[in-house]
Amino acid sequence: MLNAVYQLVRPRQFEVSFSHIDLNGGDVIVRPTHLSICNADQRYYQGKRSEEILRQKLPMALIHEAIGRVVADPTGTFAPGDKVVMIPNVPVLPEDPAECPQVVAENYRRSSKFRGSSLDGFMQEYIATRPDRLVKIPDCIDNDLVAAFTEMVSVCYHAISRFERTAHAVRGTIGVWGDGNMGYFTALLLHARFPEAKILVFGVDESKLSDFTFADAVYKVNAIPKDLIVDHAFECVGGMVSGTVIGQIIDHIRPEGTIAILGVSEEPVPIYTRMVLEKGLRIIGTSRSGYEDFAGVIELYAQRPDVVNYLEKMVGAVVDIRSIRDINEAFEMDIAKAGGKTIMHWECF
Amino acid sequence: MGKIYGVVLAGGIGSRMGNVEKPKQFLELKDKPIIVHTLEKFAVYPEMDEVLVLTPKAWVSFTQDTIRRYIPNADEHIKVLAGGETRNETIMNAIRYIEECGCLDEETIIVTHDSVRPFVTHRILEENIRYARQYGATDTVIPATDTIVESTGGDQITSIPNRKYMYQGQTPQTFHALRLKQLYEALTDEEKDVLTDACKILVLKGEHVHLVQGETFNIKITYPYDLTVAKALLGLEE
Repeated sequence: MLNAVYQLVRPRQFEVSFSHIDLNGGDVIVRPTHLSICNADQRYYQGKRSEEILRQKLPMALIHEAIGRVVADPTGTFAPGDKVVMIPNVPVLPEDPAECPQVVAENYRRSSKFRGSSLDGFMQEYIATRPDRLVKIPDCIDNDLVAAFTEMVSVCYHAISRFERTAHAVRGTIGVWGDGNMGYFTALLLHARFPEAKILVFGVDESKLSDFTFADAVYKVNAIPKDLIVDHAFECVGGMVSGTVIGQIIDHIRPEGTIAILGVSEEPVPIYTRMVLEKGLRIIGTSRSGYEDFAGVIELYAQRPDVVNYLEKMVGAVVDIRSIRDINEAFEMDIAKAGGKTIMHWECF
Repeated sequence: MGKIYGVVLAGGIGSRMGNVEKPKQFLELKDKPIIVHTLEKFAVYPEMDEVLVLTPKAWVSFTQDTIRRYIPNADEHIKVLAGGETRNETIMNAIRYIEECGCLDEETIIVTHDSVRPFVTHRILEENIRYARQYGATDTVIPATDTIVESTGGDQITSIPNRKYMYQGQTPQTFHALRLKQLYEALTDEEKDVLTDACKILVLKGEHVHLVQGETFNIKITYPYDLTVAKALLGLEE
């Protein structure tokens, strides 16, 4: 079947191209319905990646956060009409023996592909995918706009799962640095996973900080009490200020604490290693997510409608997409937004 | 809601394609006949109850075999029928088949489409069905980019319509099947003779035909040049 693929050919310019989907190829065919824009998509759209990377990757369809409906499944895993969240990480089969799956999670294998980075993303008419790259969304989760950004929530879920396996058991106070979407999702999931722990959020924007109503306390980063101590911390800022943020965390974390880093920086940032050594800190890097994380988030949504409700307020603009001009409009609106997630209602495209 | 039928019109004999041996819908594009690509779009569309393929009588068996070869379980949801003398007679054959199956009622929708437009999209199909349900009939169009010049005699201009009101017709064209049949049967033979387009049946009778936005790439593969364009859209070498 001929399949329209909407690719970014150069910054701010999308064009349609066509791929061929083999309906006898054994893949599940999914019709995307809601797509959510991520900062990683914006870096391509605005041309903020290096020229070399842009030359290497474009043209490419963006978007790695999306849900859709199954239209055909020759494997019988799903029924036509099933609502599913699509997993952008695609481990290569057969597995690379050098990257033992028991040791290296699917999202860290160098051989894995990722939609919207090393493969065309979800901005397509139909997606052909292996069944293990889909997680069914049960009927009890009826908020499609929240479900659309499950991938981003799953990245935070993944970071917390790694933290849980790595950090020592004293989890009285956990600090989250970052008042953006990533900080919000991480703090919310920590609040749900560790109800006994005090969740403290550190940011720069008072208005955004006031959204963290479930947190035990919020602080502006330039007014943190000197004697404030956290057992562990999550860095959800990224960019050039990562070094400053990590430095501040090192100042306020208790010895033997764990720092989970989620923020992406394009450039190397300095870290004061003397204090990392003196305090005996563990620093864990986390990136992306895999099947188990998606399944975990969907299970959490089903069990905890209050979490879904907190996420609902993070839905920003919802743009009906019927043409390439609408896609540009959605990306431009996303740039101008104060916060939250921009959703492209793809159903009509 | 009433049933929805795809009616794929594969009546062309390919006389405009140059020295080809087969009707143009059987020419290959990316290792498959063009008509198969078109039918796959209908086959995966979730609401399509059955797809009827209307082909010249002499090509019915060939069409059936071709579809079976490429589309799994084709017999379950794709039926090949003989077309009529004209495009509208062909559509009436499809409606007669639906009637004989006992499935023709006031809500039955037919989505008629050229077999040689394989780039039709999910959105175009979806809007055709939605607006046909709402308004009774649809025509898929794109705004005209060239100025249209009318010449009734063929040797001089009789008028130049304002381009902003001009559109180029594509397909699908979607109808309430029973209403279309009733209107067609009410036409005189003279009226039927001048009909080159199914939507005109409704327009002649003052019925609402809603416009659906097409796509420039929803091309009809009629000439060798079109096949070159189709291959280029797929990134194929000539």
